[in-house]
Amino acid sequence: MLDFKLPSLGSDMDEGTLLEWKVKPGDPVKKGQVVAVVDTSKAAVDVEIWSPGRVHELLVEIGEKIPVGTVLMTVLEPGETAPPPAERKAVPAAGRRRISPAARKHAESLSVDVEKLAGSGPGGAVTLADVDRAAAARPAEKPPAAAIRQAEMRRAIAAAMGRSKREIPHYYLSETVPMARAQDWLTQANAGRPLSARLLMAAVQLKAVAAALKKYPEMNGFFRDGAFQPAAAAHIGVAISLRQGGLIAPAIHDVGDKTLDEVMGDLADLVKRVRSGSLKSSEMSDPTITVTNLGDQGVEAVYGVIYPPQVALVGFGRIAPRPWADNGALAVMPTVTASLAADHRVSDGHRGALFLAKLRECLQAPENL
Amino acid sequence: MDEKELRAVLIETLLDIAPEVEAARLRDDKPLRSQVDLDSMDWLNFLIALHRKLAVEIPEADYARLVTLKDLQAYLGGKLR
Repeated sequence: MLDFKLPSLGSDMDEGTLLEWKVKPGDPVKKGQVVAVVDTSKAAVDVEIWSPGRVHELLVEIGEKIPVGTVLMTVLEPGETAPPPAERKAVPAAGRRRISPAARKHAESLSVDVEKLAGSGPGGAVTLADVDRAAAARPAEKPPAAAIRQAEMRRAIAAAMGRSKREIPHYYLSETVPMARAQDWLTQANAGRPLSARLLMAAVQLKAVAAALKKYPEMNGFFRDGAFQPAAAAHIGVAISLRQGGLIAPAIHDVGDKTLDEVMGDLADLVKRVRSGSLKSSEMSDPTITVTNLGDQGVEAVYGVIYPPQVALVGFGRIAPRPWADNGALAVMPTVTASLAADHRVSDGHRGALFLAKLRECLQAPENL
Repeated sequence: MDEKELRAVLIETLLDIAPEVEAARLRDDKPLRSQVDLDSMDWLNFLIALHRKLAVEIPEADYARLVTLKDLQAYLGGKLR
């Protein structure tokens, strides 16, 4: 039997509130299936399971606030049969719900679905208090006040960024990258495309980062338990600002192996879901590096704070025409400042500089990305 | 579709992307992106939504002309005529 725990949702989210169960005891589950929805201070996160089996017991009630790592449910592995019922309070596996007529009536008056309730009474019976709790926890009717959410999110960001600045010896590098070729290429590529298939420079930049990471893998991975663990694939966290304030940096998976069009599609989808507040746990838990793009806001350069346990962050500023020395003469060239914040425990400035040089090179040949 | 209706479509589409906008405070003659926090992805989604609603093609080369709500109205109005 497997304990299914609330997975990590990123270094700045260490707890969540269970909003919804998507499975019930007895249900088969497959790899990648969404089994629950958990609310965090930033977004509602669909929690995915990564091992197949059959749901045995749900251990957390809707509305409960739970830290990352809490066992949410137990799962029978394929071929395993259910052990005799445990002593602890449990949600009955199947069949008629144990519920008193009074509780059932109360549930009906509040439109609470008793089938979805976890009972806390004898033998898993649903009590009046359970019904009240479920009614109070319903997200649609009682969302956490915006101000409370805001404060929670600021606290969460502060905790993660404080930890980063305490623990990670950052070093910073920047490089001015000529963007004429990339811009011309993009203009040409977009000229023949319908609106919905057009590419953004942000997607080109993500592909370029992934290409540079292939050569400099020490920027891609996690620093855990005193050692660097390089990541095989580039799951690039994209810093996306939230309309109500704050930011979130969920991952686009396997950027290096995807086409530019696929990365653009993923980016559009991700921004859409961030804005509507619906993310997947795998996107939150496994970015191997973060890219932040503040160019739209008009800053020249951004020097980021690394998201632990990642070891690097790449920042892009605004692309704008700037003075540029070319063959001994002054010219005007669209440029962007690409910056790298990296973890000195893992890499040195020399390798960081080579990484940025590679990134610059990749952006000169966008057709190869 | 008259000017008023077109403006209503513009505002409605904008609110889908940036729900925090107070429509009454928008100035038609000021750059839209200085009044509303729209990044390049928001801008693209805004144009895609307009394209879907109005069945109007908007080549990328024309983006630079679309600065204010007034510009958008004139441009789209011209295409719809």
